[in-house]
Amino acid sequence: MSKWIPLWLHKLGSPPIFYRFAGTLRPWFLALALVAGAIGLYGGLVLAPADYQQGDAYRIIFIHVPSAWMGLFIYGVMGVASFIALVWRIKLAEAVAMESAPIGAAFTFITLVTGSLWGKPMWGTWWTWDARLTSELVLLFLYLGVIGLYHAFEDRRQGARAAAFLAIIGIINVPIVHFSVNWWNTLHQGSTVRILGPSKISASMLWPLLTMMVATKLYYVASLFGRVRTDLLELEGGKDWVRRIATGQSTGERT
Amino acid sequence: MSRASLAVACGAVLRRDLTLAWRRRGDIAMPVLYALIVATLFPFALGPEDALLQRIAGGIVLVTVLLAMLLALDAMFRSDIEDGSLEQLVLAPQPLALMLGMKILAHWLTTALPLIVIAPMLAGMLHLPVPVMGVLMLALLLATPMLGLLGAVLVALTAGTRRSGMLLALMLLPLCVPVVIFAAGAVAAAQQGLPWIAPIAWLGAALALALVLAPLACAAALRIALDA
Repeated sequence: MSKWIPLWLHKLGSPPIFYRFAGTLRPWFLALALVAGAIGLYGGLVLAPADYQQGDAYRIIFIHVPSAWMGLFIYGVMGVASFIALVWRIKLAEAVAMESAPIGAAFTFITLVTGSLWGKPMWGTWWTWDARLTSELVLLFLYLGVIGLYHAFEDRRQGARAAAFLAIIGIINVPIVHFSVNWWNTLHQGSTVRILGPSKISASMLWPLLTMMVATKLYYVASLFGRVRTDLLELEGGKDWVRRIATGQSTGERT
Repeated sequence: MSRASLAVACGAVLRRDLTLAWRRRGDIAMPVLYALIVATLFPFALGPEDALLQRIAGGIVLVTVLLAMLLALDAMFRSDIEDGSLEQLVLAPQPLALMLGMKILAHWLTTALPLIVIAPMLAGMLHLPVPVMGVLMLALLLATPMLGLLGAVLVALTAGTRRSGMLLALMLLPLCVPVVIFAAGAVAAAQQGLPWIAPIAWLGAALALALVLAPLACAAALRIALDA
């Protein structure tokens, strides 16, 4: 089992090593995210044909759908990191979980705003009490609850642990909310992009969508690395390696 | 630790909390008064037409009871944290989850039960049809313990913080969405003459799950929050 795990992987759990690792990789992720985003947006906004029914208005999906995926994906990452943080008490996992929350909240907010902009011409209303819209809103509240709880504690690590526990409760709650609001009321269209089986979307629209998905993922990693680096500096304030960076004595490291 | 001593400990915690609540009877009346005031304000805001009030009565009573419970939730562990008795409970040899379960039961008996007792009156003020009243009571009987259990977990999480009132509401909202949907769904179905047993059964299933898991989660949350 442990044979195929590279020997250096566990070292990334150490704050100074992760700090350097993330610092080196972050510009690459950011650059790749910008390139993929530019290609995806060009493909989606210029190259892809207009929809026969919705005209050009459908093009908002190139922002809306990747953001919605990211909203859920980041919640998943936050849940896994929270679990690791609670079980093994790894400082880095706490930082990853807590710094994921604002990014996830931002993506969820973008999803809600773009969906609302699209809903006005298509459904004739900014907001409707539909199942998917409601679960997305509840997801946003879950994120805000985690962020709020984290900042309510004086002690940051204790706050991180409490908020991590809340994130895990939320993970159990998301499917329940989704199921219950579906039972309650639904108007939103079903999924058109499938992992299993053929997608119900034209290839000329699918590739920009997938490129945008890659771009948002890369952006998330870049943003997360930046935030976690700052967080680690703050958490480890009194340690030697931080002092060396602060006084500019760090060897072979440009920050 | 024998079985008898566990039962004795449970009884002692329950009796202590009920005695404390009884010594301050005024606090028990507060959520009830609050619910009464909120329910009174709705007809003023929406107009006194029977048809409209009848249609929304079930939902209003549910949301009012939820808000009143939220108001009282903050105080669930507050005084015990301040005088340090909660820490003694954490240190006690008896399982913490069970002890907290007793505290949650005492809290439900002192805040939710009075609300359930006056719920028919609130519903009557809003002209809810009498045959639906039974379903509303059943939904409240299943929904209020759910809210108490879920709320206890969140109160335990915020035990180490200073300001928690608004935060508690923000954290509870996503958790209580399914409860409100099913409870209000049952009342609405009964009002339209449709079968209402399915949402009630879902509520009951969720309550059974929460009864087992929530005290355990509450104990874990409290250990995190008090571990300073």
